Amino acid sequence: MRVMAQMAMVMNLDKCIGCHTCSVTCKQAWTNRNGMEYVWFNNVETRPGLGYPRRWQDQEEWKGGWTLKNGHLQLKTGGRLQKLLNIFSNPKMPGMDDYYEPWTYDYETLLNAPLQKNFPVAQPHSLITGKTMNVKWSANWDDDLGGAQEYAPKDPMLKGIEDKVKFEFEKTFMFYLPRICEHCLNPACAASCPSGAIYKREEDGIVLVDQDKCRGWRMCVSGCPYKKVYFNHKTGKAEKCTFCYPRIEVGIPTVCSETCVGRLRYIGIILYDPDKVLAAASVEDDQALYEAQLGCFLDPFDPEVQRAAEQQGIPMDWMEAARKSPVRRLIQDYKVALPLHPEYRTMPMVWYVPPLSPVVDVVKDTGHDAEEMGNLFGAIDALRIPVEYLAGLFTAGDIEPVNGVLRKLAAMRSYMRDINLGRDPDASIPEAVGMGEEEMYEMFRLLAIAKYNERYVIPTAHAEQAHRLEEIGTDCAVSAYDHSGDAEPFGVGSGPEVRIAVEDLRIRTARMKDDA
Amino acid sequence: MSTFLWVIFPYLCLAVFVVGHWWRYKYDKFGWTTRSSQLYEDNLLKWGSPLFHFGMLGVVGGHIIGLLLPKGWTDAIGISEETYHAFALGGGLVAGAMTFVGLVMLIYRRRTVRPVFKATTPMDKVMYLFLAGVILLGCWNTVASVIFDSHFNYRESVSPWFRQIFWFQPDASLMTGAPLGFQAHALLAFALFALWPFTRLVHVFSAPVGYLTRPYIVYRSRGSKVQDGLGNRSGSPTWERPSLDDAKR
Ligand code: SF4
Ligand code: SF4
Repeated sequence: MRVMAQMAMVMNLDKCIGCHTCSVTCKQAWTNRNGMEYVWFNNVETRPGLGYPRRWQDQEEWKGGWTLKNGHLQLKTGGRLQKLLNIFSNPKMPGMDDYYEPWTYDYETLLNAPLQKNFPVAQPHSLITGKTMNVKWSANWDDDLGGAQEYAPKDPMLKGIEDKVKFEFEKTFMFYLPRICEHCLNPACAASCPSGAIYKREEDGIVLVDQDKCRGWRMCVSGCPYKKVYFNHKTGKAEKCTFCYPRIEVGIPTVCSETCVGRLRYIGIILYDPDKVLAAASVEDDQALYEAQLGCFLDPFDPEVQRAAEQQGIPMDWMEAARKSPVRRLIQDYKVALPLHPEYRTMPMVWYVPPLSPVVDVVKDTGHDAEEMGNLFGAIDALRIPVEYLAGLFTAGDIEPVNGVLRKLAAMRSYMRDINLGRDPDASIPEAVGMGEEEMYEMFRLLAIAKYNERYVIPTAHAEQAHRLEEIGTDCAVSAYDHSGDAEPFGVGSGPEVRIAVEDLRIRTARMKDDA
Repeated sequence: MSTFLWVIFPYLCLAVFVVGHWWRYKYDKFGWTTRSSQLYEDNLLKWGSPLFHFGMLGVVGGHIIGLLLPKGWTDAIGISEETYHAFALGGGLVAGAMTFVGLVMLIYRRRTVRPVFKATTPMDKVMYLFLAGVILLGCWNTVASVIFDSHFNYRESVSPWFRQIFWFQPDASLMTGAPLGFQAHALLAFALFALWPFTRLVHVFSAPVGYLTRPYIVYRSRGSKVQDGLGNRSGSPTWERPSLDDAKR
C-alpha cells in the first residue's frame, strides 16, 4: 500500500448565495494581470445554465478528460502521437469567444465631461483590441437566469431531460455552482502536456504548471474537461488555479475559502493510494466511478494505513490533520459530498454537497411543512427533475447516491428542528437514513456552524521547510507583474525571474483565526 | 571579401546562435515559448499553421539530405543524378509550396487580425522579414532551376562548403561560383541563425518528442533543497519519480 496525501475541498451548495465574492477575491489575488483578463480560476455558475466557458460540459464537443478504449484509459482527444500531430493548431481549443472578450470602460469621459444636457456615458472598450465594443457575453452572463428559456435549453446537462423540464416541472429551479480546478488524482491536463510542465505535488497533490517549463502548446487547455487551465495570451504560458499553495503551505485556507460569504467551503486532507487510481479511473461503468473513487481513499484511523504512512514519511501532524479533516468526514464518513462529473475520469478532488434547496423550495411553495421529513422524502422522490439534474452533475446520472444525500440532508433538517424547538429529538429520523443520533448532530455542526478551525484543517508544510516558505519571498510565477507595456525584450514577462516578497503570513494567520 | 562572406560571417552567426541559445535559456526560461496566438483567431490559423509547420519539417528534411549527405554516398548506392534530382525537386516543390502558402496565410493573419497584430513584438517583425526572405529565396532557387533548366548542381558546391564549415575548413571559392539566388539564400539563412536565439523561434528546440515516452502523470516533490527553487518553479528535472506508471502508456 502506498499512501499519499491530497489537499481537497468540499463545497456545501445549499449555502452558496451566488455572490461571486470568491471569484472576485481570487481574481484580485491571481489573475488581475495582462493576458489573464478573461480568466477566472474561481467562477460561480448558475445552474441550469451554460457555465464558463460556455457549454464546457459538452465533452462530445470539447473532448476533455479521459475515455475508455478497449478497456484502456485514454485521453479523449486521442493518443500521444495524435496530440503531437495536432500541436500546430489545437482543434479543440476554446477561443476567446467561448470565454468572453474582456473589457473595461473609458471612465475618463465621465471625469472630463463638460457640463452638458445629457449625461455622459462611459463606453466599453475591449481589453484585447483596445477598440470600443458591444458587450455580448461574460463569465456569468446568465447569472441568476436559471430557467430562462433563452439559455437553459442550451445547457448540455439538460440533454435528454429537456422535455420533462418543460412539461412536468414548470416551476424552475436554480442553484449556484462555484468551480475551481479539481486538483485531480488523475489529471488530464498533466497527461496532455507535451512538455511535462504540469505536475502533481507529491506532498499535497496540488496540481501546478511549471512556468519555466511550459512552452505554450495549449494541450492542457483542451485536455482538462473542467476547462480550468487557461492560456495567458500575453506571456504565452498556461496558468491555472494553484490552490493558493503559498497560503496552504503555511496552514491557511485558499483565498476563495477564506472570503466565502456563505462559509460553505471546507479544506482538509484525504489520504489515498495512488496505485489504485488507474484501476479506479478505468472501471467500465460511468456510474460506478463515484464508488471507485471512494475506494481509492484510505482511512487514517486504520492502523495499517498509519504504519504505511509512517514508513513513507508522512509526518505525524499530517496524519492528525487527516483524521480531523472535515473533507474526509463529509466524503468518507457521512458520504454527503459527491464529485463533480466523475465520468470525466480525472478523479476530481473538489467535491460538493448537493443542494436540497430546490426540493425545499417546492415543498414550501405548495404550502406544506418543508421541515417535516415525510414531506421532504416524498418531494425528493417526486421531483425527478432537480434530482436527475444533480445526478447528471455529480454521479454520471445515477440518482441513487444523490437521493441518498438529499435524504440525509432532509433528515438532518427535521431532526434539528425538534432540537431547536426544545422538543425531544426523534431517534427514528437519523435511523431512517442509516445514521446515529450523535453522528447526525456532528454532521449538522460541521455543515451549519463549524468554526474556522473546523472548516479548515490544514497542516503546515514540513516544519523544517517552513522557514524557507515564509517571508523570504516566494518567487512569482509570472514575473511580469504589470510592467504593462511590451518593454520586455522577448515579449511580455520574459527575462530573469523577479522575486517578490509575500506578506508575513504568520501574523495574518493569527488574525484570521481570531474568531475560532 | 569572399573570405568574409563565406568563412567569417557564417562562423560569427553560428557562434551567436550557440552562445545566444545558452544565454537565453539561462536568462529567460519564462520567455521560452511558442507565444501562440490561437486564442485570438482560429479560422486562418487552423490551415495556415499546420501547412507552414509541416511544410517546414519537409523543407528541413530536404536540406538535411541535400546538404549533409555527400553526393558520393547516393552515387554509391546507385541513385543516379537524375533520380535524385527528380526526387529532390518533387519533394522540394511540395514542401516549399506548403510552407509558402502557410507563410502567406500566417503573415496575412498577423497583419489583419487586430489582436494578433497587437501581440506582435518588434522582434517578431524582424524575424518574419528574415524568415520570409530565406523561404522566398529558397522557393525561387527551386523554381528557377525548373524554369531556366539550369545545370547548377548545388551538391557539388554549396553542400560541400556547408559541410566544410563543420570541419572548420570552409573553402570560400566553392560558393563564389554559385548563382546569386543560392548565395543570398545562404547568407540570409545564416543571418537568421544569428537572430534565432532572440526570437520566438527558440520554440523549435522544445519540440516535445519526450512526450511519446514519458509517464502521463508527472509527480514532483515540493523540493527540500533551497536551490530547488520555491513553489512551482524548480531547478529539478520535470519528472523525478514517475509513479502512475507506464501501465498508462
Ligand atoms: S480540473 Fe485541474 S487538475 Fe483536473 S484536469 Fe483540470 S486543470 Fe487538471
Ligand atoms: S463567496 Fe461563497 S457564497 Fe459567495 S458565490 Fe462564492 S462560494 Fe458562493
